[in-house]
Amino acid sequence: MPECSGVKEVIKLNQVTAKPAAERRFMSGNEAVARGAWEAGCQVITAYPGTPATEILEYAGQYEDMYSEWSVNEKVSLEVAIGASLAGSRSLCAMKHVGLNVASDALMTQTLVGVKGGLVVAVADDVGLSSSQNEQDSRNWGRFANVPVLEPSDAQEAYQMVQHAFELSEQFDTPVILRLTTRICHVKAVVSPGERRENEVAGFEKDMAKYVMVPGNAKKRIPVMFERLEELRRHSEASELNYLHPGSDQRVGFITSGPTFLHVLESYPNAPALKLGLSHPLPMEKIRALSQQVERLVVVEEVDPLLETEIKAAGIEVSGKDILPRMGELAPHVLRPAIERLLGNAVPIETKVAPPVEPKVEAKTEKVPGDDLFPRPPTMCVACPHLGIYYCLSHIKNTYIAGDIGCYTLGAGHPWNALDTCICMGASMGVALGLDKGRSKDDDKKNIIAVIGDSTFLHMGMQGLLDITYNKGNVTVLLLDNRAVGMTGGQDGPSTGRSLQGEETLRVDFRKLVEALGVKPERIREVNPYELPTLFTALREETKANEPSVIITNQPCVLVDFYAPKPPLTVEEPDCNGCGNCLDLGCPAIYVTRRETEVKPNGKEKKLSFVQIDSAACTGCDLCPKTCAPDAIVPMQTAQQ
Amino acid sequence: MSENNITNILVAGIGGQGVMTAAEILSQTALQQGFDVKKTEVAGMAQRGGVVTSHVRFGARVLSPAIAPGEADILIGFEPAEALRWCTHLRKDGVAMVNVLRQKPPVVNTGLFDYPDDPVAEIREAGIDVHAFDAGAIARELGNPKLVNTVMLGAISGYLPFSAEVLKSAILDRFRQHKPKLVEINEQAFEAGRKADGTS
Repeated sequence: MPECSGVKEVIKLNQVTAKPAAERRFMSGNEAVARGAWEAGCQVITAYPGTPATEILEYAGQYEDMYSEWSVNEKVSLEVAIGASLAGSRSLCAMKHVGLNVASDALMTQTLVGVKGGLVVAVADDVGLSSSQNEQDSRNWGRFANVPVLEPSDAQEAYQMVQHAFELSEQFDTPVILRLTTRICHVKAVVSPGERRENEVAGFEKDMAKYVMVPGNAKKRIPVMFERLEELRRHSEASELNYLHPGSDQRVGFITSGPTFLHVLESYPNAPALKLGLSHPLPMEKIRALSQQVERLVVVEEVDPLLETEIKAAGIEVSGKDILPRMGELAPHVLRPAIERLLGNAVPIETKVAPPVEPKVEAKTEKVPGDDLFPRPPTMCVACPHLGIYYCLSHIKNTYIAGDIGCYTLGAGHPWNALDTCICMGASMGVALGLDKGRSKDDDKKNIIAVIGDSTFLHMGMQGLLDITYNKGNVTVLLLDNRAVGMTGGQDGPSTGRSLQGEETLRVDFRKLVEALGVKPERIREVNPYELPTLFTALREETKANEPSVIITNQPCVLVDFYAPKPPLTVEEPDCNGCGNCLDLGCPAIYVTRRETEVKPNGKEKKLSFVQIDSAACTGCDLCPKTCAPDAIVPMQTAQQ
Repeated sequence: MSENNITNILVAGIGGQGVMTAAEILSQTALQQGFDVKKTEVAGMAQRGGVVTSHVRFGARVLSPAIAPGEADILIGFEPAEALRWCTHLRKDGVAMVNVLRQKPPVVNTGLFDYPDDPVAEIREAGIDVHAFDAGAIARELGNPKLVNTVMLGAISGYLPFSAEVLKSAILDRFRQHKPKLVEINEQAFEAGRKADGTS
């Protein structure tokens, strides 16, 4: 086995502080992945933005000697990386966990092809769902595709393992999965970086038997893949990425993967812990050896019981998801009580933050401060162009609204409650068509609306719209073009006209695009979403039409650098009648100054909310005056005169 | 400092208040002092007016990046209700430094939920050493609401394992590099924060 650089340093984990200050950099796991890839001589790096992986490409884009791109979706992204690998370049494709679902079609066959230049798939699991529609364990793909999985536990290891991943990929002729989690991507730690090592690009060489996966060729590649897996298994047993952190406390030993290694070390520093940096294929003999040293063995893995199942199948007795939650982070405050119970020790009920699901924590009797506090869910920004759209959607009756993935998913929240479904990127299109075609008799008159953003439409929505037009669906599509991948922080893409590096490039013409996808020109409207009456009219007319229609809104995200704020507005308080209509916009700049209850002559009570506008936050978008019957909302300058 | 010689600081507030910047400055200062440091960053949805927390841990060797409930030495609350929300993360003799300027979310504004009458009193009733003052007013007096950040760091500067001067010069160096015009006003904000807590 050739010596892989980085391996030795991995073992010296957390000794980085001994280095002189000049060699220590404070970086997030995402920055560390970009840095490690660059140092490893990576030539092509691609991604579609997605929390928590987005910043990998933002950092990668800063290295001029490495080609980097925002791709339109993760599948294309991986295919670009595959092409680059076959051309002999080291290449990396980064994505969030659900991105690999999209890219999996390419991965599942590329595993048969192998690589020429090292090919690394860096996939970040949103453990704890900070900003995702589900929680997935991407290590499953390693098993499914029979490719090795590397699991760093912090930024320094991410930096080292990405370099190791390229070498492993080339050594074993396989794509490699680098599995990250939010606690690696979004944690800054001390990293000791080095220098870039240039690689000679070998160049593409025709090899149809290996690169053209028709059945006859693919059949021959399958045994090669399984042979490779066996070699990797032997490698895993010997790999220095898989090592025992020794401990004198023999009551319980741990098997850890990814960030759980550090949680275990924090909680039980004297317990033996097997650190699995290369967690697929498993080094079963190392695990067996540990099992014979300790009284009990516990597998600590986030999210699915993958290692646990395989270890049990090998006849080794372990605990795992029987005592630890199957979702969320296995941080020390989750780990400790579970292990103490296993050891038969009393567990004080001390923590407010309980494991999200099983095992259940005993009911608390004492009141915990902050327990009954209001929630503070994420909301749309002040002056967001989506505010007017959801104001309209929440006021239109008789609709089913299929939503999608982006800032506008927040329309499902208070005060709009104007979204009925949200599944995955682009799903609004197909789901809307299904709601139309599968409707009940009672829903005969329902209007079906799909809401999708510009970037999500280009990612995976276009095909869905084609399905709507081809199959004569009765769906009104609201295409919210705010010229940014808003939710992940305003990244660029084909709808913004700028590249990852900020250079000018194609900006897609949505009107032409949807027309080409079969929407009749008279059924395509372009609307300024701050013009509420126009928006209402467009929605009424297009939902009435019994054929596919598209309303494109055309105002930019307030977070883009070219957004132009206007002078703030204010409420002439004597004129405010307390109707609270402006609050239905959901703009965070509008706040209630006092509440009253009015008793009408007929005895009915009406709640009144008198409002004011936070002038420091307001950017004068002029949306709220359109909701104000007594015209109490005016520009601040007018009010002062 | 906790038993294992790790300093745990939890910074809590709302997206856009400067929580991340305060945490970054504390981390960089600790790093300059030769500590090992880990800091969580929050991105994605939390930017959108939601709750933002950052965990800063430093010491000889930091393992897990997460501060467990009951283990924070210091809680910096940029908003009083958020300080209440996170106060159970403090250890028994931990310190809460709280800006009393209230920020009500739309769910409170529209009457769906009530804002607590006196969040600071609730924290105090829990037996926590809480220092509360209006950092927002100090920042406004100095002419820039964004100075809340520096005011809060000034207020907490007497509770750290390095001197207030070290933290101050780290903050001012940062402005000297990026926005030299703001050095002087930030120095005033830092000192005002120190005075507000009565530790200078």
